[in-house]
Formats: sequence, C-alpha cells, structure tokens
Amino acid sequence: MFNTALSWSDLVFLAHGAGMTLAVTAVSVAAGTVLGVLFGVIRFQLGPYWAAPLTFVLDVFRSVPLLIQLVLGNALQSIMKLGWPPFTTSCVVLSLYTAAYCTEIVRGGIDSVPTTTRRAARSLGMSWFQDMRYIVAPLAIRVSLPSWIGLTLGVMKDSALVLWLGLIELLRASQILVTRLQEPLFILLICGAIYFIISLPIARLGGYLEKRWSPND
Amino acid sequence: MIEIENVRKSFGQLEVLKGINLTVKKGEVVTVIGGSGSGKSTLLTCINGLEPIASGKVMIDGTDVHAKSTDLNKLRQKVGIVFQQWNAFPHLTVLENVMLAPRKVLGMSKQKAEEIAVKQLTHVGLGEKLSVYPNRMSGGQQQRMAIARALAMSPEYMLFDEVTSALDPMLVGEVLDTLRMLASEGMTMICVTHEMKFAREVSDRVAFFHQGVMAEIAAPEQLFDAPEHAETKKFLAATH
Repeated sequence: MFNTALSWSDLVFLAHGAGMTLAVTAVSVAAGTVLGVLFGVIRFQLGPYWAAPLTFVLDVFRSVPLLIQLVLGNALQSIMKLGWPPFTTSCVVLSLYTAAYCTEIVRGGIDSVPTTTRRAARSLGMSWFQDMRYIVAPLAIRVSLPSWIGLTLGVMKDSALVLWLGLIELLRASQILVTRLQEPLFILLICGAIYFIISLPIARLGGYLEKRWSPND
Repeated sequence: MIEIENVRKSFGQLEVLKGINLTVKKGEVVTVIGGSGSGKSTLLTCINGLEPIASGKVMIDGTDVHAKSTDLNKLRQKVGIVFQQWNAFPHLTVLENVMLAPRKVLGMSKQKAEEIAVKQLTHVGLGEKLSVYPNRMSGGQQQRMAIARALAMSPEYMLFDEVTSALDPMLVGEVLDTLRMLASEGMTMICVTHEMKFAREVSDRVAFFHQGVMAEIAAPEQLFDAPEHAETKKFLAATH
C-alpha cells in the first residue's frame, strides 16, 4: 500500500542539505553571538542615548524581513564587486541578523544582574573586566540562555531562506526532490523530521544546562 | 587614617552631603546615626570611591580617593565595605564567594586563598557552611559571609552600611556580635547604624547626621546622654 520512489541516494542528498543548514546555522550563530555580546555590552555601557545609532542599525536588521536582507545583501556584495560566494553572503547576512537579536538578549542579561551585586564586586577591588568576567557573565548567561536557545532554533529554521541565493540546504534539497518525485507530503514530512532531529539536541542542551545550574539559585 | 574634608555631594538637585568634615584615626570605631536621607550611607560610598563627590576631599593614608590618578581598585583592597543588602554572589558557594577576590584581585594561589577564606569564615562562625550556596542560608549568615568576604582582602579599614537593617530582628544579634568582635580586635571601622545600643557600646565616637550635615560628633556617653544639638535630642527621643 505504501510505495515511494525515494531512494537511498535521495536520502543522502537530503542529508547533504541538512549539513548545509547546520553549517550556515553554526557559522551565523557563532559569529552573531560574538557580535551580539560585543554590541550588547556596548549598548549597556553607553546607555540608550549614546547607543542610539547602534540601536537604530540593529532595529533595521530586526525589522526588515530576512529574505529582503539576503537579496539586498547579495546585490550589495555584487555591486561592491566583493565576489563572495553565496555561502559567505548568506553567513554574513544571517550573522548580522542573529547579532541584532542577540544584542538585546545580552543587554537584558546584563541588566538582570543587580547593581548592588556588581557594586559589591567592585568594592572588593575587582576591575570592571573582572566584575564582568566573574560576576556578570555567569549570572547573565543563566538568564539569557533560554532566549539564546530560542534564537538559535529560530535561525536554524530561518536559514532555509538562503535557498534564494542558490544554496542547497535542507529545504531546497527537499523541494528539488518534490519536483522530481512528485511526492510532496512524504518528502516534506521527512524534511520536517530532519529539522526536528537536528534541533532537538540544542533544545535539550538548554534544558540540561538550566537544570544543572538551578540548585545553586 | 581617613580624612574627610568639606565633602559635598548631590544627586541631581538634591544636595545630600553639605560639607562633611571627619577624621578617623587608625583603630578608631566611629558610628554614624541619623534619619533616612541624612546622607550617612552616601558618605560611606564616597569614602571608597563608589560614588564621585562634587567638591572637597577624601584622603586615605594620604591618597586622594577622588583624584583621577588614583587606582581605585587598588585603594579598595584597603577599604572593605559591607552593605545593607549582603549581595552574595549567588552562583558561587560560600567558600568561593570569599575566595574570589583574593584569587583574582590579589593573585593568590588557590590553596592560599582557600586557607584565608576558611579562616575568615570560621572567624565569623560559618566554618560549617563552606560548600553551601548563599540562597540556602539565612540573611544573618549571608551578611556574616559578606563580612568574611571583605575581611579576606585584609583591609585596613572597614565600612559598614546599615548591615543589620534588612535582617529579621532575630538575626541582628549574630551580626552585631561579629562587628563587636572586629572592633575589639582593633579594626578601624565606620559603621552607619540604627542600633543605638550597639553604637553606644562599640564606638569611640558617634556622629549624628541631619539633612546632609554632621550636626554633632562626640563620645557615645556624651552624645547619647547629653546631646547638644536640638535635632540630636529630637532624634534620640524618637528612637527610644
């Protein structure tokens, strides 16, 4: 009763697509998080007034649909004759997009550490950096982790849009198979299952870390 | 020696310190009393440079606290402060709370820092609580941990900012006992407090603050039994 034309090599093709999704996500989340931490600290230190220009730029990245950003980013790199391959362009745009969200998560995390606790650290002779490193960072990470996990999972799914630049990631790979085999429901089901399987460890990691830290709070 | 010369400080329009002069000698215990908003807590944060001042001078052993060239991180190693809210580092155990600054600020080895931390924690009666996280302890215990944490830096001066005000009345005694012990050991201390009995017992001098002015400073017997300033009389009458 159940018949499919899907072959092993098609599954390998999907796995390659999933690999591309993971690669784009990993690079973008890593770079976006580094930038987000940097911008988050800058935003927190400068205060709303002086950080306004940065906030404005980040707001643009948060409000303009990612698809438009990707298309414009790609056009821009070709106008500027940067000669980036689609993978690079995709990662750069997605990193900035991730950084824009991550900045707010980081700022909120730093904000959640009571000034009195930080004052106690400084009163012991700790420098600004030591306070940040040993007091603020561990406390802020606990607060920010759930949002950061959410952001990572979101970026993983949003990364599907890079197919518009010609990258064959998981969703694009599925589309190609759908066109060829004409079995959209079955193939999309498999595609969804793969997304779920690669997301699960990240979601679980968040839960695990929260649990590990909770007895201390 | 802590020398406070004509210190003024404002928060926006409100002038909270209106020219304070006070000298605290080595080994002396000075308590500061007064109503809320009289500027007493602000003075403490100005002494170790946590708050800038508008004018005047604070000198600690000849170092101008508010001079641009002063290394405040270095200076604060000499001047410990404990706040009303004990401000435990919630992600660290009691032992780690106390060890952190000696290790990172003074660059002590783990072993040496632990030795000092255990000694100070035992000193304040928390020798049994080393591996406990702060949230599992009472307010009084957390406050004593905060005192041990400041003492682990071997400060020469200690500032106490209403350290018992946020505590359950049942727990005030244990913290005051710790302060009494420090005073008897010869620590130079400035204590802002609402505990009059304690102030009378431990102080060499008691200062009464009123609306940003040090209205009166005298030996405890004199200030409590024969206050000169009208506001001091009023305040003492109200607190008795």
